[in-house]
Amino acid sequence: MSGTYLGMPAFPEAARSSTRDTGLRANLTHATRTIRDKRATAVAELDDWAQLRQAGKDIKDRTLRHLEHYLTQAEQAVTAAGGTVHWAADAAEANAVVADLVKATGETELVKVKSMATQEIGLNEALAAEGITAYETDLAELIVQLGHDLPSHILVPAIHKNRSEIRDIFTEQMGRWGRPAPEGLTDDPAELAEAARLHLREKFLRAKVGVSGANFLVAETGTLVVLESEGNGRMCLTLPRTLISVVGIEKVIPTWRDLEVYLQLLPRSSTAERMNPYTTTWTGTTEGDGPQDFHLVLLDNGRTDTLADQVGRQALRCIRCSACLNVCPVYERAGGHAYGSPYPGPIGAILTPQLRGIQSEIDASLPYASSLCGACYDVCPVAIDIPEVLVHLREQVADQGGSGHRLERAAIKGAGWVLDHPALLAAAERAASRTRALHPRRLPGPGAGAWSRTRDLPELPAEPFRDWWRKHR
Amino acid sequence: MRVALFATCVNDAVYPSTAIATTVLLERLGVQVDFPAAQTCCGQPQYNTGYRRETEPLLRRTARAFAGYDQVVAPSGSCVAMVRDHYPRIGAKAAAEGRGSELADHAASLAARTYELTEFLTDVLGVTDVGAYFPHTVVYHPSCHGLRFLGLGDRPRRLLEAVKGLELLELPGADECCGFGGTFAVKNPDVSAAMGADKISNAGATGAQVLCGADNSCLMHLGGLLHRQDSPLRTLHIAEILAGTEEETHA
Repeated sequence: MSGTYLGMPAFPEAARSSTRDTGLRANLTHATRTIRDKRATAVAELDDWAQLRQAGKDIKDRTLRHLEHYLTQAEQAVTAAGGTVHWAADAAEANAVVADLVKATGETELVKVKSMATQEIGLNEALAAEGITAYETDLAELIVQLGHDLPSHILVPAIHKNRSEIRDIFTEQMGRWGRPAPEGLTDDPAELAEAARLHLREKFLRAKVGVSGANFLVAETGTLVVLESEGNGRMCLTLPRTLISVVGIEKVIPTWRDLEVYLQLLPRSSTAERMNPYTTTWTGTTEGDGPQDFHLVLLDNGRTDTLADQVGRQALRCIRCSACLNVCPVYERAGGHAYGSPYPGPIGAILTPQLRGIQSEIDASLPYASSLCGACYDVCPVAIDIPEVLVHLREQVADQGGSGHRLERAAIKGAGWVLDHPALLAAAERAASRTRALHPRRLPGPGAGAWSRTRDLPELPAEPFRDWWRKHR
Repeated sequence: MRVALFATCVNDAVYPSTAIATTVLLERLGVQVDFPAAQTCCGQPQYNTGYRRETEPLLRRTARAFAGYDQVVAPSGSCVAMVRDHYPRIGAKAAAEGRGSELADHAASLAARTYELTEFLTDVLGVTDVGAYFPHTVVYHPSCHGLRFLGLGDRPRRLLEAVKGLELLELPGADECCGFGGTFAVKNPDVSAAMGADKISNAGATGAQVLCGADNSCLMHLGGLLHRQDSPLRTLHIAEILAGTEEETHA
């Protein structure tokens, strides 16, 4: 996997090859099941989990209902604390703001904290086009960047790679980006981590500009919050002179008291930890301590449109924990790249089509990338009813027509007419039963062929139930 | 007590043995069952594929077919989840679109009276030992709609454990989806088959003779995979196990 999300094939087509990649399947099965089980244990420790989940949902819903108020409050607080707030309507605007800010410093490189918002807008690629190199410093993002790859998981972007593949990437690529991997590097996790640590250290110490996202933006004080596990974030947020944070407008929460709820929900749901290892908070600038120039880029990029959809808006509650990915049987088998976006898995299947629209083939295919089993809804710490939103979005895709949906609607309407006339249905059932000896167990054609490639069709009965009932009761 | 059998279209057309078994079982337990012939399909495949408005006539038809019955019983967690979870949503959306409360009223009335078979047995009739006999080893796959949407919990297992002669084995990864998912099975055939392959491999590894479920749509998918592989494992709806006695078998 390399390059860009643009022009990627629709989900079923991408999944056709990924489901056959036995190495990928093994990596994903092992990793998702491990995190899944740990999360279940961590969540079961709290007897007020249901109340926490309800609070997590309610706080986000209330904030989203009064989003303008809290964003304005946050802007005033950040400004009062010495920061500068920029508003970006879309990816292009956000990328241009960041590029201009970096250019104003005279620098041509920067270090980055892992951030979904900057993946979403393709910031690294946009900066590269302006001659600016962005270095990822999260271990997994580093693996992805060095491997000219794309992330395939929200929390564990290199989940599709095993440690021997990571060793090869480090050995071959680190030297081209900076300090090479140590001689004779093995695939021992401690050795790999040490190689990354040495490679990144010189970047932290040299960097004059840092770029981050944020998990939360506390409106009452204008404080940004980043949760991470490696300490690289702390380096990026404190060492550079200039700090630029790109934050989706749905990340705002009203108060520190609200933060308390999410600091319990997020670590247990994502990494199965009771307490997050590195939680960094910062408010504007502080003279003589940390970045002296702070910029907050507030990103819309489809969020206002999503907010306008009464069913779909619940996706904006997402706190990017990725619990839904780890329990999803479809994600586990198709892998993250098949979703064609930095947001894979169940949440990606409802978020991407709302943020990007459903015009492209890949985006229109995402709402169907689910068996609607409901495991995602069960584990979601902010109770996003993902199956409900998926079905809601399928309706929008079907209404849009195109790519087989017009034919499908005609077939559904035809079947619906028969189903609304029981006598006709009975006649059709009888005809099928009477000719059952002639029915093959495999059939060609778009629907039946897709079924018959791996599955036999059932044998039809001698008579439908309604006929049995008429004769025997 | 007037009880209607909601056979479901899949059972009516493809698996009548399940609907017959449900009838026999309920009658044995003293329930007078009726089969309103006006029923056809609940509309779930249409609704879940994105055709909500095309589903509305079927909601109306289903509600009218079962009007006047105290309870409606279906041997399918999936179709009951459609009635209980999705019908009210269809009604609410129609009302929000300014088309009145007719559908919402139908939905509310029907949702309150509709039961999945194992739920009806344990919660309404209050029985777990239904007097069944089935001398085979069995694993139970709790389909997603029953497990997560209806919250059936251990009801089906309790019923199976009380069956004379039946040995219930643990199915590893039981709560994972089998990969059927309605039109998902044909829209995403590769992922669907990969999920199903893992399910039947888990079931096969237990050495059980029968893979039992409470939804024939899932069993159609799993049975199709098993049949293609000439597996000795066979799929069977829970109603057909529960209906069987030492005198008369239904499976």
